[in-house]
Amino acid sequence: MSFKYKNVYIKDVSTVVGPYENEGPLAKRFDRHYDDMYFETDSVESAEIKIMEDSVDLVLKKANLEKSDIDLFIAGDLQNQIAASSYTALKVGQPFLGIYSACATNTEGLIIASNFLESKTVDNVIVSVSSHNMVSEKQFRNPTEYGSPKPSTATFTATGGASCLLTNNKSKVRIESSTIGIPVDYEQNDALHMGACMAPAAANTINKHLSDLDRTIADYDLILTGDLGVYGKEILIDFMKTEYGIDIKEKYNDCGVMLYDLEHQKEVQAGGSGPVCSALVVYSDIIRKLANKELKRVLYVATGALFNPTLVFQKKNILSIAHAVSLESVE
Amino acid sequence: MEKKLYDKLVMTHKPKEHRGQNAFIAFVVGGIMGVIGQLLVEFYSYYLGLSSIDASIFMIVTLIFLASLFTALGFFDKWVKFAKCGLIIPITGFAHSMTSAAIEYKKEGLVTGLGANMFKLAGTVILYGVVSAYIFGFIRLIIMGGA
Repeated sequence: MSFKYKNVYIKDVSTVVGPYENEGPLAKRFDRHYDDMYFETDSVESAEIKIMEDSVDLVLKKANLEKSDIDLFIAGDLQNQIAASSYTALKVGQPFLGIYSACATNTEGLIIASNFLESKTVDNVIVSVSSHNMVSEKQFRNPTEYGSPKPSTATFTATGGASCLLTNNKSKVRIESSTIGIPVDYEQNDALHMGACMAPAAANTINKHLSDLDRTIADYDLILTGDLGVYGKEILIDFMKTEYGIDIKEKYNDCGVMLYDLEHQKEVQAGGSGPVCSALVVYSDIIRKLANKELKRVLYVATGALFNPTLVFQKKNILSIAHAVSLESVE
Repeated sequence: MEKKLYDKLVMTHKPKEHRGQNAFIAFVVGGIMGVIGQLLVEFYSYYLGLSSIDASIFMIVTLIFLASLFTALGFFDKWVKFAKCGLIIPITGFAHSMTSAAIEYKKEGLVTGLGANMFKLAGTVILYGVVSAYIFGFIRLIIMGGA
């Protein structure tokens, strides 16, 4: 299902990151960073709440708005029962929709916000996401201090919080259209190769977006997936070609690969992941390029592995989903 | 795309894991661990005058202590990532799994956090270790008459 919008503008964005992201190639572009993983709190779970709160405060400050000016707060994260979002929402003190699509949460939030804004029922909406490497490791894998060897296809959950303020008032960048994805199952069950789980979902959504809106790859300057990683990226290029006959290679990149310096940061293995991974790349770099008119139109396809550790141990497959939004520079 | 075809596509993009190299590192590090263990046994029996059975127990306790301490100090996981089974298979791996789980869950309280989760990884080893010891002990009793 795809939508076109006329009234949805991105007013401001904010990014807050942890130490690993701040060693990556985008280090200079983030609004704030912390040098340890606890961010002056006493647990990693609290740290994730703090980083999301920070990003909301920052985006409000940039836009010169108060919390009371916000009509709707939409947020999601990976912490059990999306705890970081709920605790942040308490501080925001405005109507709140908590959402979850794993690492595709950010575009899901942007689509929901866009549909509200397009109907002019609300004026200002904040969409926030966060993830924290140690919270995810603890929840989905092994204790963080346990040095279990991982294959090179494994990705590294990014630590950070990112917020986006969307309005009806004209600004330099707008959300021009979107596509809601369908869950797919290609019988993948390797929790340490999420790229393979998510690539078909990304392909499905990209193809749907193009066919729904009667467009081709030529209508975009850049196609950006969320967190497929090095190997998922290769799989997607091949998959798009064989399945849909679309060659995306020239215009395609993946946020998970862009967030870290893969040559020097060996601990991230195949690249970054987590809901905040794509948000950090898009908000720190892509929005700026769109505002400068270096890029005209970008298709941002966040990909999520709907991974449940219990069901994977019960031999169920890992489902995946991808939601797309098209970002456009405003004349 | 057929799901089987997709599996093939995934396989063509799967990087090669350096199995030979990993096995070699694990072999060498595991061997060094054995040497360290033996040196400790010699040390305890020579300088403290312990019997070889007591010296072995002291050696195990020393290795458990060091692995736990280094885990708590935050660098043992990097060693394990490098040496893999060279450090996981010896008693150091067992100590490492317990200490790391204990550190991870200490914020959730001594009973509901640390107590309930400390054996998260090591519990399996204990359970199946005891079960297999029982089975093999039984086989030994039948074949060798308990000798």
